[in-house]
Amino acid sequence: MSDSAASMRPAGSAATLGGILLRLRQHPMIALILVLLVFMVGIELIRPGTVTPDWLSNLLLFAAPLGIIAAGQTLVLLTGGIDLSVASIATGSAYLLATTATAHGSVAAVLIGLGLGLLVGLINGIGIALLRVQPLVMTLGTGLMTEGAMVVYSQKFLEVEPKIPDFVFALGSSKILGYVPFDLFLWAPLAVLIILGLRRSGFGRLLYAVGDNRIACHLAGVRVWQVLLVDYALCGILAAVAGLVIVGSTNAADLSLANVYLLPSIAAVVIGGTSIVGGRGGYSGTIVGAIILTVLNSLLTLLDAPEPIKQVLYGAIILALAAAYTRLTG
Amino acid sequence: MNAPSGSGSEAASEPAPLATASGPLGRAFRRHPTLFGMPALLVAFLALTVAIHPEFGSFDAQSLAMGALPLAMAAAAQAVVVLSGGIDLSVGSVMAVANVLAATTMHDGSFGESLLLSVAIIVAGAAVGAVNGLIVVWTRIPDVVVTLTTGFIWGGVALLILEKPGGGAPDDFLNLGTGTFMTDWLPNSLIMVVAVVVAIWVPVFRSRVALLLYAVGSDRTAAFRSGVNIARTRVLAYIVGGLFSAVGGLSLTMITGIGSPLAGVYYTLSGLAAIVIGGVSLTGGRGGMVGPVIASFVLTLIPTDLIFLNIDPNYGQVIQGTLIVLVVMVGGFFALKRSRA
Repeated sequence: MSDSAASMRPAGSAATLGGILLRLRQHPMIALILVLLVFMVGIELIRPGTVTPDWLSNLLLFAAPLGIIAAGQTLVLLTGGIDLSVASIATGSAYLLATTATAHGSVAAVLIGLGLGLLVGLINGIGIALLRVQPLVMTLGTGLMTEGAMVVYSQKFLEVEPKIPDFVFALGSSKILGYVPFDLFLWAPLAVLIILGLRRSGFGRLLYAVGDNRIACHLAGVRVWQVLLVDYALCGILAAVAGLVIVGSTNAADLSLANVYLLPSIAAVVIGGTSIVGGRGGYSGTIVGAIILTVLNSLLTLLDAPEPIKQVLYGAIILALAAAYTRLTG
Repeated sequence: MNAPSGSGSEAASEPAPLATASGPLGRAFRRHPTLFGMPALLVAFLALTVAIHPEFGSFDAQSLAMGALPLAMAAAAQAVVVLSGGIDLSVGSVMAVANVLAATTMHDGSFGESLLLSVAIIVAGAAVGAVNGLIVVWTRIPDVVVTLTTGFIWGGVALLILEKPGGGAPDDFLNLGTGTFMTDWLPNSLIMVVAVVVAIWVPVFRSRVALLLYAVGSDRTAAFRSGVNIARTRVLAYIVGGLFSAVGGLSLTMITGIGSPLAGVYYTLSGLAAIVIGGVSLTGGRGGMVGPVIASFVLTLIPTDLIFLNIDPNYGQVIQGTLIVLVVMVGGFFALKRSRA
């Protein structure tokens, strides 16, 4: 694939343009950060004076839930899988948190929410790792199950007034020292843990190995099913954590709360340079991807266009970015 | 398609000549489990329905067929793309676009005009399918990501055309989906399902195109080495899928009588469920059209049965999700057994 992409480049303008492209191809991260800067300049041009420290801290505040939900998605895509149930898990954990906080206390409610993530993640893992269901179908099915279960649950417990615990609200929407978003204290350690874990730990390397060649892993004595089981469970928990941050930022739980996060959770990973076929990529790219998508969102908000047009533009730009990235890195 | 000379219609796959050696029936059954299993499953579900609701009458049959019509189209659209080794998560949005196009343009028209517009919308559906396919082929982004995103885009387009549910169509046009033919027991929607699948799929299936689709779906590298134009075949699959999606959107208009920009959402996932239950392998190249279409009737019966049983129909989604997973697990189990045997 890489030679065909290289041979298609025009040979004439190679000296300068080709050199730049080559450098970008070796360091895709630079290209990503350039895109990010272009978007920010675009925002500053459309409405001068928008990009302030305050705006930047808001950006991180809003990027955090996407970054966390996309973290799980990164871990899963690295093994060549996909998780379409993350949005349902995030919604479910947020809803469970909001409806159990009054009766059982905040801490128990958080644990119940995270428990849902672990449960659905484990079910995904068992189906995919042990019973060899394709990840797409398995997570689609569990996503439907989770959503349906939440609808049934909501009708049984309709009399309970949903309530968001104070510290969850603070986590999702407040800042410290004026500029540091609270959820950064959750996101940053998670990010460090995941980046280091992927690079340094045996489990991290196994994720790449399984995504690269599952059969070779199996022949080398790797218990592939254990790797996948843990992988999907982690993805489920991360989705649940993201759900808690999201509900903290909206301060109201409903049954379609996190639906809008499904497409960005996958797009952030793909734009960030993780191969959906598995084996290549990492979380640092996803972080930039999540920030790019958040900036894109605020750029579109500034455009003052009707919602459907924003939706079309958002999708088109995601496609263009993903296409450029795929072309660039081959 | 400019197929090279030579006949290739019989080589395609699903209805391969049903067994010549000993035990023809048993062998046919082993080879095409869904072709026998799906009708059996449908009959079982119908029997169950009649058992729990003895008053099952022609009206219930009509609502079953009406409910299954758009889902069958979504399943057919998905099946074509998946057979060719892709996946289309934009089916529901394309249906929504066709649905709102129909409801806005046919509003004050005559029956004849609405039929002409239908043709135009079906052509538009093919064009939308072509766009999806071309993006997949050109950008080399995996199908899942492309169609998830284009689904988002087409959803926006549907909202642009019609902001909130509204519009309408001539009564005669609606009658194509809601009426009955000859007797109360033969709903037009059932005829539509059969007619549309026959009209779109049979020409494809009998031509060399199907051979190419199955070849690309089952082993892209082998197909490429045999001289198949992979890109063109994949785009073609998306175009045929777009045709089905457009008809699905039109049928939504017939059944609901209005256009609704968000009506399609449900059909992407349910269509996928129907093809999985209907025995189409998501890895491509395996399966047919009969299974998914029948599966869409089964999927429509589930919430109906729950209502008859006085169970909260919201359990329908849980059951549907469980069913998808179980069917794939059972299928995977048998595939594993077969490969070891």
